[in-house]
Amino acid sequence: MEAVLFFIAAIGATVGAIGVVAARNPFYSVLALVAHLFSLAVLFLLLTSAFIAAAQVVVYAGAVMVLYVFVVAYVGSGHEPKWDPVPGQRLFAGLLAFFLFVEISAAVLSSGLRALSTHGPDVPAGFGDPAAIGNLLLEKFLVPFEASSVLLLIAAVGAIVLAARKRSGEPGGDPRNGRQNGGGATPPGHSAPEARPEGVAPAPTASSPTLGAPR
Amino acid sequence: MNISWYIVLSALLFTIGAIGILVRRSPMVILLCLELMLNAGNLALVAFSREVGNQQGQVFALVVMVIAACEVVVGLGLIVAIFRRKLPLDVDDLRRLHG
Repeated sequence: MEAVLFFIAAIGATVGAIGVVAARNPFYSVLALVAHLFSLAVLFLLLTSAFIAAAQVVVYAGAVMVLYVFVVAYVGSGHEPKWDPVPGQRLFAGLLAFFLFVEISAAVLSSGLRALSTHGPDVPAGFGDPAAIGNLLLEKFLVPFEASSVLLLIAAVGAIVLAARKRSGEPGGDPRNGRQNGGGATPPGHSAPEARPEGVAPAPTASSPTLGAPR
Repeated sequence: MNISWYIVLSALLFTIGAIGILVRRSPMVILLCLELMLNAGNLALVAFSREVGNQQGQVFALVVMVIAACEVVVGLGLIVAIFRRKLPLDVDDLRRLHG
């Protein structure tokens, strides 16, 4: 039963991963990643780590993927060209990845860790449940726990700073705002004395506030 | 199931993520492939923690999840900033720092 579940979850995870790489539309890549994450949660359950599986489903498939979906919907699916900028790039990538797979597998499987070919030791009933992980987090790993919370806060602030619309900090943003906020009285009065001697200028000066207005 | 099956599966998933990073050019898909690689590392961590019979590897996997969430947040913020400036979302066009 365990073997059947393992192979189903393993095939699901692999197909999901291939779908992430192969899908042309980023939206389908995100959906394939969600399937991959659920399969991985099943694998974590098979490894008797219930809390990690729950966190995987809640945090990853719940929160992070929603963020991805929103950004994909905002940015839209760009047109990725099908040709390779470097000739033979896909071939070399495949070869490199194959050798990487062989190398990692050989390095781990021939490492002389005898417990690798076993199920692992028998563990008590509470192995990997939220109480055990919580005890570890708050007793032994308190400093990494707090450091990761500070890191999350910094990342959130950094993302807001990166993605926020620049309103007044931009050098070009201030005069445009001032022109809009100053009402309609000042720009015509300001531009009229400059425009009259030339006679051609009223059209561009009249069009520049309307260009600035939709932004 | 033997632990070695999990390790080989983790290596396979890591490799697929590496292929994606090498081949794809949309920064969003590259972030997704980074997620694949981090999750493969997580699977290896949890498998090793099961092999040793110790839960500390699972705490480590949890920290990796936190790091992945931070990386996603900052990366998606960068993508949104690039999109706002109407630059192409293609890592081959974005290779120069000031361009």
